[in-house]
Amino acid sequence: MSDTRKILVDPLIDKNPITLQVLGICSALAVTTSLMPALLMCAALTSVTAFSNATISSIRSRIPNSIRIIVQMTIIATLVIVVDQLLRAYAFETSKQLSVFVGLIITNCIVMGRAEAFAMKNPVGVSFLDGLGNGLGYSAILIFVATLRELFGGGTLLGYRILPLVSDGGWYEANGLMLLPPSAFFIIGLLIWGIRSWKREQVEHADYQIHEVHRTGVL
Amino acid sequence: MVEAVAATRSRDSISNTLLVAITLSLVCSLLVAGAAVLLRPKQLQNAAEYRQSIILEVAGLANSGDPATAFAAIEPRMVELSTGNYVDSPAVEGFDAEDAARDPHLGVRIPAASDIASIRRRARYAPVYLVRSGDAIEQVILPVYGSGLWSTMYGYLSLEADGNTVRGLSFYSHAETPGLGDQVDRPAWRAKWQGKKLFGADGEFYLEVIRGTVVDISRSGASDSRYQVDGLAGATLTGRGVTNLVHYWVGPHGFGPYLAKFRENAGKQP
Repeated sequence: MSDTRKILVDPLIDKNPITLQVLGICSALAVTTSLMPALLMCAALTSVTAFSNATISSIRSRIPNSIRIIVQMTIIATLVIVVDQLLRAYAFETSKQLSVFVGLIITNCIVMGRAEAFAMKNPVGVSFLDGLGNGLGYSAILIFVATLRELFGGGTLLGYRILPLVSDGGWYEANGLMLLPPSAFFIIGLLIWGIRSWKREQVEHADYQIHEVHRTGVL
Repeated sequence: MVEAVAATRSRDSISNTLLVAITLSLVCSLLVAGAAVLLRPKQLQNAAEYRQSIILEVAGLANSGDPATAFAAIEPRMVELSTGNYVDSPAVEGFDAEDAARDPHLGVRIPAASDIASIRRRARYAPVYLVRSGDAIEQVILPVYGSGLWSTMYGYLSLEADGNTVRGLSFYSHAETPGLGDQVDRPAWRAKWQGKKLFGADGEFYLEVIRGTVVDISRSGASDSRYQVDGLAGATLTGRGVTNLVHYWVGPHGFGPYLAKFRENAGKQP
């Protein structure tokens, strides 16, 4: 696999920001009750990560070390505000459901993390791809979680009825837990377990080992 | 190597730090301001359409075909709050209650004792929306607002022709705690308002968003469920804010004089 392609594809599973790095969990819990807001959130976060990476990379040789975090933050905040304004103008209904979570992209560790870890040291093109890849990695998990939650929580997908509910004369009893934030925790937890059983190299080493100590003295 | 060190030094110099900081601030503020100004007309239009959809929603007309047609059937009138009479000026179209409240001529200060909703000033006038079936007035929709926990909550309250039974209450703008207080605009909670009564037989205001779940009177006999709405878990203060703002706007300093006349005339031609 070529290096460029690797940068784009790696964050999808092998270096996924949510399942491997366990970043960006807060919004993953909050916006995944149904698929539509999740999709919009993915588009917002992916574009912010990609363009903030590209912008920061393009001025990386000029950014003074002492204020580099502030510079990154300012660029990210600007992009987030512009995205938020665009959503309010062109996707009003869904943006209401996302409420504060678009604004909170500013504090999403994925965006900041990629800016500091990748864009500060790499050229513009690959930085853009890295941002895009990480945004897509985040999106993949969000879409997976949101699909499960909307389907089993309400029997619909993107508002279309898939499973007819008992309350409407069908056979499916909606699972109310799926609409509550803890269900996203369970789904993401099970997903991380699944991925790490499949890709053993993702399993973290224990920070310390508890050894059995033989005591001879009397306490 | 020497060059690289020199480059780093010039990059980290005070003059370059200031230059980068100032340029970045300028460029970013231009971008943000530009986006806000360019997209504002579209956002205002969205907000206006959303308010209309909320009016239709509290009236129970949200599912009756094209929203524009449904809204055109609703009759907007301007009311002078102190007298409760209909007036022709200012026009409902383009009337902004918040701007009017700040205006020295159009707004009045609310005496502290009457300021249950904690809004300090209100406009002298307020629009109401009449829904008719045939010639008779079927319900009236009042704009209401007041302080919640963090924010001012703006919404519409729809009353039936008796001026006492709630048809619906919906909020279109607020900034209450996401996940807790923001439940005030969720359909599940809105639905709990239908059929609740504002005033008891003695004319006193009784409606309250309680803590916990309303227990049906037929089973407990302890309290009257007609005047109680389920509280929102983790949002006691938001709920209290809702109680207060409804209390204020249907009270003597709000739409009270208008509602008194409305009750007399309901069913008749105004």
